[in-house]
Amino acid sequence: MVQRTPILNFFSHLILVIGVIVVFFPIYVTFIGSTQTAQQISSSNPISLVPGSNIVESYRFALFGGKTEAGASVAPALPMMGISMAMALIIAIGKIAISLLSAFAIVYFRFPAKNLVFWMVFVTLMLPVEVRIGPTYQVISDLRMLNTMSGLTIPLIASATATFLFRQFFMTVPDELVEAARMDGAGPMRFFKDVLLPLSKTSMAALFVIQFIYGWNQYLWPLLVTTDEKMYPIVMGIKRLIFGEVYIEWNVVMATAILAMLPPAVVVILMQKWFVKGLVDTEK
Amino acid sequence: MEKRVLFKSAWLPWVLIAPQMAVILVFFFWPAGQALYQSVMQQDAFGASSEFVGMENFQRLFTDPSYLESFKTTAIFSILVAVGGLALSLLLAVMANRVVRASGLYKTLLIWPYAVAPVVAGVLWLMMFASPYGVIRYALIEMGFDWNHLLNADHAMALIVMAAIWKHLSYNFLFFLAGLQSIPHSLIEAATIDGASPWRRFWTIVFPLLSPTTFFLLVINIIYAFFETFAIVDAATHGGPGKETAILVYKVYYDGFKALDINGSAAQSVVLMAIVMALTVLQFRFVEKKVHY
Repeated sequence: MVQRTPILNFFSHLILVIGVIVVFFPIYVTFIGSTQTAQQISSSNPISLVPGSNIVESYRFALFGGKTEAGASVAPALPMMGISMAMALIIAIGKIAISLLSAFAIVYFRFPAKNLVFWMVFVTLMLPVEVRIGPTYQVISDLRMLNTMSGLTIPLIASATATFLFRQFFMTVPDELVEAARMDGAGPMRFFKDVLLPLSKTSMAALFVIQFIYGWNQYLWPLLVTTDEKMYPIVMGIKRLIFGEVYIEWNVVMATAILAMLPPAVVVILMQKWFVKGLVDTEK
Repeated sequence: MEKRVLFKSAWLPWVLIAPQMAVILVFFFWPAGQALYQSVMQQDAFGASSEFVGMENFQRLFTDPSYLESFKTTAIFSILVAVGGLALSLLLAVMANRVVRASGLYKTLLIWPYAVAPVVAGVLWLMMFASPYGVIRYALIEMGFDWNHLLNADHAMALIVMAAIWKHLSYNFLFFLAGLQSIPHSLIEAATIDGASPWRRFWTIVFPLLSPTTFFLLVINIIYAFFETFAIVDAATHGGPGKETAILVYKVYYDGFKALDINGSAAQSVVLMAIVMALTVLQFRFVEKKVHY
C-alpha cells in the first residue's frame, strides 16, 4: 500500500463483503428453499431463511422424479444432467479438436484460398446462434437431426474464438522447433502430435473450462431442437418445472436449480487459474 | 504475419481444415443465406408457395410499432445492464485491488456466478421477487413499495436487469481487476507524494488509464445484453407483463416459433446480424488500437 489509510481499508472490506453477500444471497435463498417442503414454501410470506428438514426428500425428488401430492409428475433431473454433461463435454472437446486442426493448417501450411478460409472462420463470430435460430432450425430439421445429440452439439461446435486463440499461440512457438523436427525427419502430423500438442496444454485447459460452461449453460438451442423429454438438458428442465404446471413444487425447482449450477461452479472453482486465463485469452 | 518455416503438402491442409469448414458451411453460412433469402420472400397463408417481395418484410418490420417498441426495450435494457454492471463491478474491482489481505478470497467468492446458467439466474431472481414467498418482495412491501413485476412493466424490467447484471458481474470484475493490476504502481506513488487524495488519484489517473478496458467491456456488455440474455427473459418474465420486456432476440424466437411468421422472423434475424456485425467490427477496431493491456 502506498499510504496507510485504515478507514479507507475498512470501507473497502465493507463494500467487498456487501458485494459477496449480494452475489451469494440468491443462491442462499434457493438452497434454503430446497431444504423445505413445497407446502412450507407456498404458504410462507416470506420464505423462511433458516434451513428446513426436507433436504433429502427434495433432492431425491428432483434427481429421480415422481408424482406429487397434487398428482402432477415431475421429470427426473438425473438423466437431464447426463444429457447436459454429454453436451458440455462434446462441445468443449469438439471445439478444441477442430480448432486445433484448423489453426495448425492456417499457421503451418501455405495453400490457396488460405485468406478466404481465415475470413470465413472470422465471420462466424458475427453469427451467434441467437441471430439465425429459424434457418438453423430448418437445416437441422432437414438433416433429420432434431432430438439427437449431434443436432444438439455439432452446430455449436464451430468456434472462431478457439481457432484464433490457437492461431495466436502457434504464432509464438519458435520456428526452430519446426526446423529441428524436420531435421529429425518428422512429418507435419508427427510435429503436431509430439511438439505442438504438448505445448498447447495450457491453452487447451483454459479453453476447456470456458467451453464446458458454455455448453452446459446452452438454453435457446436445446429449446428449439429438442421436443423429446429424453433429450432435455437440465437448464431446460428447470423452466419446464415452473411453466405449464398448475401447482409448482418450489422445493423441487430450487433443488433442481442448485443441481444445475453445481457442475459448472465446481469446474470454475477447481480450475480457477485456467478459467481466468481462458476468459482473458479468448477475448483478446 | 506468417511463419518462416512451413510444411509443404497439397492435400493435408485441406484435410485439417475440413471439419471446421463443414460445420461452418452447413450450420453458419447456409442458415445465414437462408435467413437472407427468406427475408425477401413472402410465404402464403398455407405455406404452400412463396414469392419474392423485395424489401417488403423489412418495411413491414420498421413500420410495426411492436418491433420499434422492442428495439426501444432492448436499448433501455442493454444500457441499464451495461452501465449498472460496469459501475458495480468497477467499484468491487477497485476495492479488491486495494485490499492486500484476502483479495484472493474475495476474487474466488465473486467470480463463480459466471458458471450459473442465464436461465438459472432468471429463476433465482424470480424466486426472490415472486409472490407470495419472495424475500425481497416481502421486504419491499414492508417498506411501503408495492412490488408487482407481473403487472408493472418497470418492475419487470428492473427484475431482468438485476438478474442480467448479477450474472455478468464476475466477468466484468475479472477484466477490471486485470486492468487495474496492469497500471504501474509508480504512477500512483508519484501522485500520492504530490498529495493527491485517493478519490482524486482514482479519477485523474486510474480511471483514464482503465478506459481501454472500460470501453472493451462496454461493447461486450452490450453484446451480452442483446444476445445472451434470452434465457433470463424467458425464465423471469416471459417478455411480459404484456410485451414490455420482449427484447429483440426474444421477439425473433417468439415470432418465428410461436407466431410462425417465418419471413418476418428471418427479416428480424437479418437486422440482428447487422447489429452483431457492427458491434464486432467496433470491438475489433478498438482491440487493434488498444495499447494498454
